Amino acid sequence: MAAPVKSTVDTPTSSVQNLTIGKALNLGLRRAMEADDKVIVMGEDVGKLGGVFRITDGLQKDFGEHRVLDTPLAESGIIGTAVGLAVRGYRPVCEIQFEGFIFPGFDQISSQVAKLHYRTQGKVKVPIVIRVPFGGGIGAVEHHSESPESLFSHIAGLKVVSCSNPVDAYWMIQQAISADDPVLFFEPKRLYHSGALKAPVETAATPDPLFASRVLRRGDAATLVAYGPSVKVCLDAATAAEEEGRSLEVIDLRTLSPLDLEPVFESVRRTGRLITVSEASAESSLTSEIAARVQQECFYSLEAPVLRVTGFDTPYPPSKLEEHFLPDLDRVLHAVDRALDW
Amino acid sequence: MPSPEQWTRPEPGAGPAATAAEPTPEQVIAGLRATTEGGAELTQLLTPEGERVSSAMFDPYVADIDAEALRGLYRDMVLVRRADREANAMQRQGQLGIWVPLLGQEAAQVGSGRALKPRDMAFPSYREHGVAYTRGVDFRELLGIFRCTDHGGWDFQQHRFHPYTIVIGNQVLNAAGYAMGQKFDGKVGGADADETAEATICYFGDGATSQGDVHEGFVWAAVYDAPLVFFCQNNQWAISEPTERQSRLPLYQRARGYGFPGIRVDGNDVLGCLAVTRWALEECRHGNGPVLIEAFTYRMDAHTTTDDPTRYRLSDELEVWKHKDPIERVRVHLARTGSADQEFFDEVQAEADRFAAELRDYCFNMPEPPPERVFANVYAEPSPVLEAQREEYLSYLAGFGAGEH
Ligand SMILES: Cc1ncc(C[n+]2csc(CCOP(=O)(O)OP(=O)(O)O)c2C)c(N)n1
Ligand SMILES: [Mg+2]
Repeated sequence: MAAPVKSTVDTPTSSVQNLTIGKALNLGLRRAMEADDKVIVMGEDVGKLGGVFRITDGLQKDFGEHRVLDTPLAESGIIGTAVGLAVRGYRPVCEIQFEGFIFPGFDQISSQVAKLHYRTQGKVKVPIVIRVPFGGGIGAVEHHSESPESLFSHIAGLKVVSCSNPVDAYWMIQQAISADDPVLFFEPKRLYHSGALKAPVETAATPDPLFASRVLRRGDAATLVAYGPSVKVCLDAATAAEEEGRSLEVIDLRTLSPLDLEPVFESVRRTGRLITVSEASAESSLTSEIAARVQQECFYSLEAPVLRVTGFDTPYPPSKLEEHFLPDLDRVLHAVDRALDW
Repeated sequence: MPSPEQWTRPEPGAGPAATAAEPTPEQVIAGLRATTEGGAELTQLLTPEGERVSSAMFDPYVADIDAEALRGLYRDMVLVRRADREANAMQRQGQLGIWVPLLGQEAAQVGSGRALKPRDMAFPSYREHGVAYTRGVDFRELLGIFRCTDHGGWDFQQHRFHPYTIVIGNQVLNAAGYAMGQKFDGKVGGADADETAEATICYFGDGATSQGDVHEGFVWAAVYDAPLVFFCQNNQWAISEPTERQSRLPLYQRARGYGFPGIRVDGNDVLGCLAVTRWALEECRHGNGPVLIEAFTYRMDAHTTTDDPTRYRLSDELEVWKHKDPIERVRVHLARTGSADQEFFDEVQAEADRFAAELRDYCFNMPEPPPERVFANVYAEPSPVLEAQREEYLSYLAGFGAGEH
């Protein structure tokens, strides 16, 4: 991930394509729809418009209106009908336009999506994917920049993942769709069209498993753990730290529920220091969970308390102020300093 | 009070509903159903050609609108449109993060807004800049939302104009609750209702009608006889989805199922919107609420400045609606009836230009919010945890000032 592999020709015939996260998701959705005609895409404006971020661009044109549904404007409706379609044998991929609009659908997610399999003693599967563009940094108005993932990882019965780069975007969306459990799929919206993150996606490769975290960069001074948009912040921080002679380990969680923390424990046992980074507020969050588990598993290895660099315990501010709210390179390095000076 | 039946013609199963279920593929592709007329049920007092048509039912509600008052409505609409265009331009120039244009909806907003009394309450969604203006909210006070410096800063109590609501449909239930409060406070009905009674108006779009919150708002307002006017601006589009993605039935006919009157008004007719909204508010003040108004109008610009409507609708549609422009028909009417001369129109234009210049000037000089604003007003009562976070962050920031980095 850190070092780009050899450059490739960007042609559709090649098995390697140079893609942004947005384009990789689009291609991944396309592959999933080709592979299984029970896969259907549903949401607001996902058809003709291709979604407000264009992630479903061209899918309705190629697969038809019965596979790509421009639904009425209601999130409870989108998710609730997806449950029924799943019961009927479909594999719905729901798009929530922005994370801040998922809440009308929260009841269906928590009461039905998460619990049907349990309630029916495994007789009813709910293979739904709910795609959620999340996170800030796009200069938007209210409800367009939040990070509600912990609300979902808290609910038993749901799986929650987040991609941070085009290769994962391409594979993880397909793996989520073929998973038999419901998956909340959090997409780092401000990176969708980032040219800097464009990467060669080898579509003939064998992907890593979906529910596994990944060490992106080896280091020995401290460990940074992040997911989604914060992964890039951590990688940038590690690059900056390297110039000052400090080598930081960076781990991309990828799966938020179930958490795959073995690589984190292994890392912390070597570095003795852990900083978790997330745009979500700190209180009762994934970063709290990681801190709790790490202190339990790595108590004797820790040289400093687990530190968290997160959004504050406030609503997401008006976006002129978001630079203060969002964890950035400086705040991460500041935390690294604190951990090392403890 | 008119019976619900009177407002829900045609009977279910007849007329538009039956055909709405099965648009031809061509219609769907072209999205041209959005250009159809409002139908026989459309209430209209001023035609697109500027002809005044009489209505036994609604004329009394605009009996006081003489030439001067009509010039006033014209002026309101021109000012609001000019400000809207200026804001749109300022977004293009990077001064605003986003703008949500109201172009084409001036009559629906000014007509309904001017129907309100100061003691009435209004709950907007996010496009109601014209209503804000009629509530006495300075247009400049709207800019913070779109410059992303605040979430709306006007005096909500004084103007009786609630904060904008972006989550589709939420405000409909909030408005129902507010109207219930008006009722519980004894502000509905009574001998002197015309002087003391209150009502609430709630704005939402055609797309919003699919949300559960809107359904629940209808139920609550009906069950509690709340003095609430549901004002649905059917601008034919919810971003890229035409109204038939939300309903088989003309939207105003939904009211019948909830047991209150629904009516469709030409949303591009400021006089019609004023009359129908005054009527609906009066029904509410006298205890006959709620009422649903569907203002049949058109979103003449993009959904927001980040939207690209060429991806989903034909420009022919816009051309058709241009012939029904809300401002032009009033101008023609004023001119034809000798109620206004060129000098008047020029004056209004000049005033609108000054209005826009002031807006621009204000926008360019808006102060940046200070970082401590992030932590302000999360709670009504102090939170020690947050205080600590605030102090820690501010001292961290101060470190930069001291040249630590
Ligand atoms: C709950 C929720 N879901 C999705 C959105 C994203 N969104 C913003 S405006 C809009 C369309 C609204 O259409 P309509 O109700 O007709 O109002 P209009 O914008 O046309 O005035 C959508 C889907 C939202 N703001 N809130
Ligand atoms: Mg609309």
